[in-house]
Amino acid sequence: MAVSGFGDRTAFGSVGSGLTYTELLERSARAGHYFTEAGTDRVSFLDVSSPALPVALFGAAYAGQPFVPLNYRLADGDLAALAERTAPASLVAGTDQVARVASTAGLQVIERDEFLSATESGDALDPSAWSMDPDDIAVLLYTSGTTGEPKAAVLRHKNLVGYILGSVEFMGAGEDEATLVSVPPYHIAGLAAILSSVYAGRRVVQLPNFDADTWIDLVASEGVTHAMVVPTMLARIVEQMTARSIELPSLRALSYGGGRMPLPVIDQALRLFPETRFVNAYGLTETSSTISLLGPDDHRQAHVSDDPSIQRRLTSVGQPLPTLEVSIRDDEGAEVPSGTPGEVWVRGEQVAGEYLQQGSKLTAEGWFPTNDGGELDAHGYLYVTGRLDDVIVRGGENISPGEIEDVLLAHPEVRDVAVIGIPNDQWGETIAAVVVGSATEDELKAFVAERLRSSRSPDTVVYRDELPYNDTGKLLRRVLRAELAES
Amino acid sequence: MELRPGLKLSSAVCSTEVIVVAGSGDIDLTCGGVAMLMPGAEAGAADAVDGLTEGTMLGKRYCDDDGTVEVLATKPGDGSIGIGQTALSLKEAKPLPASD
Repeated sequence: MAVSGFGDRTAFGSVGSGLTYTELLERSARAGHYFTEAGTDRVSFLDVSSPALPVALFGAAYAGQPFVPLNYRLADGDLAALAERTAPASLVAGTDQVARVASTAGLQVIERDEFLSATESGDALDPSAWSMDPDDIAVLLYTSGTTGEPKAAVLRHKNLVGYILGSVEFMGAGEDEATLVSVPPYHIAGLAAILSSVYAGRRVVQLPNFDADTWIDLVASEGVTHAMVVPTMLARIVEQMTARSIELPSLRALSYGGGRMPLPVIDQALRLFPETRFVNAYGLTETSSTISLLGPDDHRQAHVSDDPSIQRRLTSVGQPLPTLEVSIRDDEGAEVPSGTPGEVWVRGEQVAGEYLQQGSKLTAEGWFPTNDGGELDAHGYLYVTGRLDDVIVRGGENISPGEIEDVLLAHPEVRDVAVIGIPNDQWGETIAAVVVGSATEDELKAFVAERLRSSRSPDTVVYRDELPYNDTGKLLRRVLRAELAES
Repeated sequence: MELRPGLKLSSAVCSTEVIVVAGSGDIDLTCGGVAMLMPGAEAGAADAVDGLTEGTMLGKRYCDDDGTVEVLATKPGDGSIGIGQTALSLKEAKPLPASD
């Protein structure tokens, strides 16, 4: 479709030297032939972003083999365990990654450049051979495992197609538009960006390893109009842009998601990009990416409003997509009224809610309980407070770390903070704040007590030079819990 | 014909091709008022019925009134998609801001 609509447009890379949609289709059909000949069950990918990524992704679909990207940042042992779980598979690997998986039984490893050469010419699958069965598995994505052993989330073609048809207009992008993708291939946002952009006809510029300076330079040199970042990336971009006193007028739209956005960062970003349309997107791997978003008008309105209930929207993830339903449930699974916290449940075509070993986690009525805490306000805005596993139970009271973190981040001498529960004989758990900043313990306790109930004031404050994040911006609370439990 | 999501059909009267997004079971999907062709079926000579030549547009979705049948046009053409002699309506997209 993209080929008949705009085949000569550049799909990936720079205008002139990149892959056009026609070339992408031809190479994917050859990749499909290659994977079919290999006779494997899956197509795996162990590399940073490059043109090989969309060719392997669409080639896998052609061949009817699930696409399984692996995290190249994993330690050798963890990677080996996932590689074994993925076999028998064809695996496209970066030059520096080949040796790490070469000896894994059941893997047919091909180096990325060799793979791209193999798709330049030669035999191709006939497009009509594509089964297009909506129930086929399109992608297996290992969850980041912030709470334990990674699970393989199953995304079927019907889930991804449901997401794209429901949220993207075919050929909706102008020919001058380009999006900068800096999230890695093993993150749902990295894959969703490829699908959305190809359907919209928006050129993709890939940034293999994020650093703020390269990101800024690419936006300027490639005339980037759209970008998606995780909060830790935006924080660094804002710092560097301020340091270099630079403007990026080509950037029309900037979306962010994948973790909690600190208010001071988004506040500063809205000032630095006065004309840019901001989108906060909330979604999970298991829901084929975005399920709720806070749009550009809401951002600007909240940013200038004097009304606290409107200002507060900057901390929300906006409203659920019109193609799905969101409901807040209590521990018994009963819906709670607006303004009451509970668990976020979601239902819709794009919601997979399924894992390879564990099977479907959908309820009989098709709802997926996300394990995220949240509430809907009277206007339908969704506020997500964090993983329910992270909730601190102190003396029988349920305390959401996010609420305390938001307050502490508003303190001018706190740059970053994580609030976690520490096992305690008397209270069950007590509240520890791990702070990057110079405010004193007494100041911080008083600061929270003034703004929230005194029972939510941290029992202890410890200081760190920085907090542990994974490379897609997720705070690793379990690392902090382990560190604090030891001390 | 037996519809199912994912099924690709082509028009017997013009260049239109569609893929079924929603709808299962025995449904008489037509283009220009003439039954659409299953994959691999040979097109006979057929003309569109008058009044069913509004055309299909690439990338647009067409659905019936209650949304039980929906198709996506993967190639445009001159005939209108319908069930029997009743044309489907163009499904208006509500474009969302790019989020990924």
